[in-house]
Amino acid sequence: MDLDEIDRMILRALAQDATQTAGALGRRFGLSQPATWRRVKRLEEGGAIKGRRLRLNAEALGFGVTVFLGIKLSRKGRASFADFERTVSAIPEVQTVEHVLGRFDFRLRVVARDLADFERVLRRRIMTLPGAGEIEANVLLSEERRPGPIG
Amino acid sequence: MIILDDVDRRILRHFQAEPALATADLAERAGVTAATCWRRLDRMRSEGVILAEEAVIDWSALGYTLEVSLRFTIDKDQPRAFDEFIAAAREVPEVLEIQTFLGLVDVRLSVIARDLRHYQEVYRERILTLPHIADVEALMHIARIKTDEVLPL
Repeated sequence: MDLDEIDRMILRALAQDATQTAGALGRRFGLSQPATWRRVKRLEEGGAIKGRRLRLNAEALGFGVTVFLGIKLSRKGRASFADFERTVSAIPEVQTVEHVLGRFDFRLRVVARDLADFERVLRRRIMTLPGAGEIEANVLLSEERRPGPIG
Repeated sequence: MIILDDVDRRILRHFQAEPALATADLAERAGVTAATCWRRLDRMRSEGVILAEEAVIDWSALGYTLEVSLRFTIDKDQPRAFDEFIAAAREVPEVLEIQTFLGLVDVRLSVIARDLRHYQEVYRERILTLPHIADVEALMHIARIKTDEVLPL
């Protein structure tokens, strides 16, 4: 999908706040409300915008710890990637599961109330996963999302 | 920590599952009146429980077909090494996420590229030239299995 300068500005604005109306965006970028609406519609229908995401304050909601896990499947476990994916995706504390190529097979984002709660999730739910082999844990200290190459 | 009641949690659970829902529809799913739902959302936004509602960009639809996780160890002999590395990483347009960690990995960058040739160019010219890198390791993304980033409320 090809975007011009105005499409990029609209996309960037919506990636920060998707609740902005076509009227408000139009005023900001010097377009009429209908013209802006058509561009937003095109971005959605062309697939540039694939949906919405709600960003919640995890800490304020009592989730003080986020840990990224790298998991290598054991030799035996490699026969059943699908089993692993299904079981791991069903764990509520596991927020994202990515299949990767490199030192690990999967990368997981896990939230927990505190380190003790994380330990419980790790021991009871992650280490018991079918085929899980080597596990590396890194505790998230800070996170920043960038606008990407549309600026 | 902000104390939420059952109604708040119910609204958030449904809202997380379907972030594009209009307030009236969200109210119906959560079993509250539209006015209550609107008031609760308004309060949770102003208290900073709801940080943002963002449009999710599909970078592959824009021609960026590759995503790579680059895991860095930073040379910690320099006291400003972290700050300088992160400031320089912000200047690379293809960097989507910057995360710092406690563990074997110090910093992780999520980098997108149009194809392997473009990736090689970004990696050599923009990434390997970042300051204070002691070691770097790459994980190439193959598939996203779960992506919703929902909190288990």
